[in-house]
Amino acid sequence: MELVMAITTGLLFAVAVYLILSRSVLRIILGTSLLTHGVHLLIMNMAGLKRGSAPLISEDTMSYTDPLPQALILTSIVINFGVTAFFLVLAYRANQTLGTDDLEKLRGGDENE
Amino acid sequence: MSTLHLAILLPFIFVVIIPLLYKYTRAIHTGWIALVVPVTLFVYFMQYFSINKAIDPITVTVPWIPSIGLGLTLYLDSLSLLFALLITGIGTLVVLYSIFYLSKDRERLNHFYAYLMLFMGAMLGSVLSDNLLLLYSFWELTSVSSFLLIAYWYQRKRSRYGAQKSLYITMTGGFSMLLGFIILYAASGTFSIREIIAMGDAVTTHALFIPAMFFILLGAFTKSAQFPFHIWLPDAMEAPTPISAYLHSATMVKAGVYLVARLTPIFGAFLEWSWTIIIVGIVTLAMGSFNALKQYDLKALLAYSTISQLGLIMSLLGVGSLSMNSNYAPYSEYFIAAFVAAIFHLINHSVFKGSLFMMVGILDHETGTRDIRKLGGIMHLMPISFTFTMIGAFSMAGLPPFGGFISKEMFFTGVLSLAEHSNAWITIIPIIAWIASIFTFIYCMIIIFKSFTGTYHEDLLDKKPHEPPFGMLISPAVLSILAIALFFFPGLVDTSIIEPTVKEMAPVAPLFIENPDWHVHISAWHGFNLELVMTIGIILLGTWLYLTYEKWKTPVFDLIPRHLNLFTLYDKAIEGMEKTATRITKSYMTGSTTHYLSYIFSFLIIAALATLIGTGSFVLDTSQDSPIEWYELMLGIATVIAAVFVLFSTSRLMSIMGIGVIGFTISLFFVIFRAPDLALTQLVVETISTALFLLCFYFLPKMKASVESIRFKLTNAIIAIGVGLTLTLLGLSAYGYRVFEPIAEYFSNSYELAGAKNIVNAILVDFRAFDTMLEIVVLFSAGIGIYTYIKLRYAGRND
Repeated sequence: MELVMAITTGLLFAVAVYLILSRSVLRIILGTSLLTHGVHLLIMNMAGLKRGSAPLISEDTMSYTDPLPQALILTSIVINFGVTAFFLVLAYRANQTLGTDDLEKLRGGDENE
Repeated sequence: MSTLHLAILLPFIFVVIIPLLYKYTRAIHTGWIALVVPVTLFVYFMQYFSINKAIDPITVTVPWIPSIGLGLTLYLDSLSLLFALLITGIGTLVVLYSIFYLSKDRERLNHFYAYLMLFMGAMLGSVLSDNLLLLYSFWELTSVSSFLLIAYWYQRKRSRYGAQKSLYITMTGGFSMLLGFIILYAASGTFSIREIIAMGDAVTTHALFIPAMFFILLGAFTKSAQFPFHIWLPDAMEAPTPISAYLHSATMVKAGVYLVARLTPIFGAFLEWSWTIIIVGIVTLAMGSFNALKQYDLKALLAYSTISQLGLIMSLLGVGSLSMNSNYAPYSEYFIAAFVAAIFHLINHSVFKGSLFMMVGILDHETGTRDIRKLGGIMHLMPISFTFTMIGAFSMAGLPPFGGFISKEMFFTGVLSLAEHSNAWITIIPIIAWIASIFTFIYCMIIIFKSFTGTYHEDLLDKKPHEPPFGMLISPAVLSILAIALFFFPGLVDTSIIEPTVKEMAPVAPLFIENPDWHVHISAWHGFNLELVMTIGIILLGTWLYLTYEKWKTPVFDLIPRHLNLFTLYDKAIEGMEKTATRITKSYMTGSTTHYLSYIFSFLIIAALATLIGTGSFVLDTSQDSPIEWYELMLGIATVIAAVFVLFSTSRLMSIMGIGVIGFTISLFFVIFRAPDLALTQLVVETISTALFLLCFYFLPKMKASVESIRFKLTNAIIAIGVGLTLTLLGLSAYGYRVFEPIAEYFSNSYELAGAKNIVNAILVDFRAFDTMLEIVVLFSAGIGIYTYIKLRYAGRND
C-alpha cells in the first residue's frame, strides 16, 4: 500500500507544481492546496500505514497506529487552512486593486531600480 | 600606556577637538590649533635623535585583543624614527603652509584639519606598529583619510573620481596585504614583526611563504604607486595642494617603501623578492619619468615625477636586499650601499618634492593657473619663488650642490654594482636608469624654465603675479635650506639614521658578520668615477634635449597612441564590470515569480536527485508494506483522476470541484489509515475551504483558457514531473530505510500520563501543546489579516 500511496503522492506533487508554475493566481492557489494534501499524505505514508488500530485507548487492543504523525498532520491542516484563506483574500484584494490575476502583469522590479 | 602610545593618540584626540573648537574660534585660522600636533610630536621624536649615535630600539605594548594576538605593540627603531620625523617634520611645514594657502572664510577648515590629523595619526601608527594586524589597521586608515582628503572639494566631479579610484586601488592592495599577513601568521604563529624576524628559517619554509610575499608586495606596490598601480596618483592631484605635498609626495606613498624596508629581514634573502622589486621599480622609474614629460599641468608633472622617484627608491631597496642572498655573499658590501642610497634618497625626495609641491601651490595661488603653457616670464615678478623652485628642481634632477646629487650618484653606484656582479644582460638596468635620469633632468628643467622664464603672457593669467605672503614661503624655505644642507652636511643623517636602519634591514648580511665595525659615510665628493661621468652625460644630453624639446616631443609622444594606456584600461574595466554585473543580474532577475519558482524547483530536483543517485541511497523495499485492498486502489485512482481533471479544467467551478473531490478522498484515506480525528478535521476544513473558494472565486476574473506558449508549458511540465518523481523516490527510499523504532510506544501511555484515551488529542493538548498554541496564533493572525484586507482601504496615493 505504501508504494501505491507514494506514487499517488508523487502525482499530486507533480500536478501541484505545474499549477503553481502557471500564470493565473487562481491556479496557484489551487496548486498550493494540492501541495498540502500531498505533504499530508507523505507524512502519513512515512510513518507506515495500518499498523494496529486507531489511536483510541480501549481495553481490547494492544497495538495502535503511530499517533504522532497524525498530531502533526492535524496541526498542519489547520495552519494550511489559515494560510489558504489568507491567500484567497489576498488574491481577491489584489484583483480588486490591480484588476488582474495574471502573474506576468503583476511583475514588479523594473520601476524599483 | 607609554609616551609613545600617547604620541600616536595625540592626532586622534585632535580629530575630535578640532571640529569642536572650530565653532568657537572662527576668528583665528583653525590651522594654528592643528599645528600644535605636528610640532609637539616632532619635538617629541627629536629627543630620540642624536647625530652621533643610533637609538636603542624601544618596544612598548598595551593589550587590545589578546585572544587573537592583537596588541597595541609599538616599536621605535631608526627606520621608524626616520619616518616619524618625516611625517611630523613635513607635517609641521605643511600645516604651516596650509594656514596661508587655504582661505579661512571660504573653506571648511574643520573638515580639512580633522582629516589631516586622522591621516597623520594613521601614518604614525603604520610606521610604529610592530604588530602586523595593527599595521594593517593603520594602513587602511591612511587609505580612508587619503580618500577623504582627495575628495575635499567634493562638489567637483574630478575630485570624487580621483578619490574613488585611489580608494579602489589602495584597498585592493590592502586586502591582498592582509592575506599575506595572515599567511605569515599561519607560518609563524605570531603577528609580531620582531618575533617573525627572529624565527628566521622556521617561517621561510612554509609552503605558502612565497605567495605571502607577493600578496604583501602587491599591497606595497599599490600604496607606493608602482607600475601598473600608479594610475591613482595623477588623479589624486585633485586634492588641495598641501595635501598633495604631504600625502602624495612625502608620506603616504612612502608607506609602501616603508613596508618593503621593514619586511626585508624576512623576505630579503629570496631572489623572487629582490628581482620583483628591482624590475617593478625600474619600470616605474622609466615609465614615470617619461610620462612626466608629456604633462602640461605642473601638479600632474610632479605626480609622475613622484611615481618615478618612488620607483627609484624601490629598485634600490631591491638591489640592497641582494646583500642578504647567499649567491651574492662576496659582493654584500656593494649591495648594502644600495640600501644606504635608498634611505638617503628617501629623505632627499621628501624634502625636495614637498618643497616643489608647495611652490606649485604658490604659483597656482598667485597666477591662477598651473598650466605651463600659460605660465612663463614671471621670474622677475616672483624671484624668491623662482629660487626655491630652482633649488627643489635641481635637487630632483640630481645636480650639485643639492642633496639629490649625492643620492643620484649613489643610485648609479647601486645599479652599476648590480650589473657588475650579476648576469651580463643586467647591464640594461643601469642604461634604463641613466635614460630615466635624462628624462628626469628634462622635466626638472621644464618645471623651472617653462614656468619662470620665456615670454610673459599677461592676457592668459587671471591676476597679476606677485610674491606670495611671507608665511607661505616659510615652509619651502626650510625645505630648500635642508636640500642644500643635505649636500654639504650629509653627516647629519648618515651615522645617526641611515647606518642603524641599514643594519636593521639586513641583519644577516655577510658584510655585517665579517665587518662589525662597518660605518656609513656619505660625502658630497667621491672622486672621479663612472657615476660622475654619467651625471655629466645627463647634464649635457639633457640640456641638448631640453633645448630641442619642441622639435621631438610630438613625434616621440605619438609613438604610443593616446588612448592606449592604463587609465583607459582602468575606466573600461570598471565600466565593463558594472555592465556585466547588470547584464547577469537582469538575465535572471526577471521579476517573474514563475521564473523564480522554476529556479527553486529545478535546484530542488537537481540537488535531491543528485544526492539520491550519487550516494546510491535509493532502495525500493516493499517487504514491509501493508496489503492493498481494492477500495484503496480505487480511492487512489479517483484522487489521481481528480488531480488531472483540475490540471486540464478551464472552468473555475470545475477546478474547485476537483479540489474538493481530492480533499474528500484524502479524508477517506484518513479513515482507512485509522486516523479518525484527521478524517473529521479534513472533512470539515475541506468543506469550509470549498465554500471559501466558491465565495472568493465569484469575485475573481474568469479563468482563461491558458494563453501560455507551448515552450512555457513544456518547461513547466518537465519541472513538475521532475518534482513529483523526486519526491516519490525520496519518500520510497526514506520509508525503506529505518534508523530506529518510532517513539509511538511512549504515547500509548497517555491514559496513565495524561488521563486521556484519545492519544492524538493527548499529544495535541498535553504532550506537544506548544504546537497547538502557536497554531491557534496562526489562525488568529490569518483572521486579523483577512479582516484587515477586507476592511481597510488605502485612500490612494497622494504623494
